[in-house]
Amino acid sequence: MDQALKELAEHLRDQLGAKLTEAEVRLGELTITVQRDSIVEVLKSLRDDSNCMFHQLMDVCGVDYPDESPRFEIVYNLLSMTHNTRIRVKLRTDEDDPVPSVAGVFSTANWFEREIWDMYGVFFSDHPDLRRLLTDYGFEGHPLRKDFPLTGYVEVRYDDEQKRVVYEPVKLTQEFRNFDFESPWEGMERVVLPGDEKAEAEPEEEETEAS
Amino acid sequence: MSAVTQPGIDPAAGQPIGPGAEQDEILARVTQELQDKGFVLANVDKLVNWARTGSLWPMTFGLACCAVEMIHAYMSRYDLDRFGVVPRPSPRQSDVMIVAGTLTNKMAPAFRKVYDQMAEPRYVISMGSCANGGGYYHYSYAIVRGCDRVVPVDVYVPGCPPTAEALVYGILQLQKKIKRTGALWR
Repeated sequence: MDQALKELAEHLRDQLGAKLTEAEVRLGELTITVQRDSIVEVLKSLRDDSNCMFHQLMDVCGVDYPDESPRFEIVYNLLSMTHNTRIRVKLRTDEDDPVPSVAGVFSTANWFEREIWDMYGVFFSDHPDLRRLLTDYGFEGHPLRKDFPLTGYVEVRYDDEQKRVVYEPVKLTQEFRNFDFESPWEGMERVVLPGDEKAEAEPEEEETEAS
Repeated sequence: MSAVTQPGIDPAAGQPIGPGAEQDEILARVTQELQDKGFVLANVDKLVNWARTGSLWPMTFGLACCAVEMIHAYMSRYDLDRFGVVPRPSPRQSDVMIVAGTLTNKMAPAFRKVYDQMAEPRYVISMGSCANGGGYYHYSYAIVRGCDRVVPVDVYVPGCPPTAEALVYGILQLQKKIKRTGALWR
């Protein structure tokens, strides 16, 4: 499997040239990084090339690395039913630089890109209908950005006088508490319980004798 | 229908008529009364409450996974039909709204609109942690922290999700509440 992926990576290096900045096979998965502006051509070539035939765009997602520049990473996951292969295509962008929309290549990208716009505020140029997808009408902010507060800025309530649902600044009676979910058993690794003092030493000796 | 002239018979208060000879005796007495006078005296409030508790038509408002447990309650094992609880697709036909699941900010205005469209007297059962107080999503930016911020709630059913049994119990509690507090005018 790895061999096939490595051959595919070589093939893509030859074909895409400077558009491809990095190709890596790791844990049995092929990941390529491409130039932002060439994503439409890259996906089109991945779809149509006879050695690739990635006819399905399984998912487009975003990642926020707040300390890096450019800040966002857009990840395209593709599947080739013909070759039983998957590929991951990545590119980097930030708040100001638009990513060319691939909705013209894979129509399913339409809503994926709307979702990324909604959640990360990454702009997609030439998108047919770039609106928010999931969040509330008139929602402000992009909730999956790392600097977005968990509880947001507004909450709703029914106002009996105005006879409608109103938006108000968030007022929590108790702040969110972050619990340490680390297992209490993890700290117990080097503790020797009474009576177990010889338990760990013995198997090693037996092994050396046997060998 | 509690016949005033027949103390001890009160199906409206949920007391079952005893089986066998006892039941036969009561039925015979009521029949005799009907044949004798041609009418039975009953308390209007109790009659109305009996009718209301016996046909609580819920607005199906399944919002998340709790809806699955709500469906279980309707299906043959727990069979809410036997309480006269028949799910309705329209708020105009319903008496009670079972809020089953997470209420999001985006849904809240629509949710209130559906509630406003229900005819009086109307009741609300809040089902599950999310509807009760936000539950798992309490600190989320997109969630209403309890559906009682939007509509008045009569019965809270705890659980995540509550079992179908718990929902049936909640409906029985609502019936009790209606019998206790219900009047012709609310």
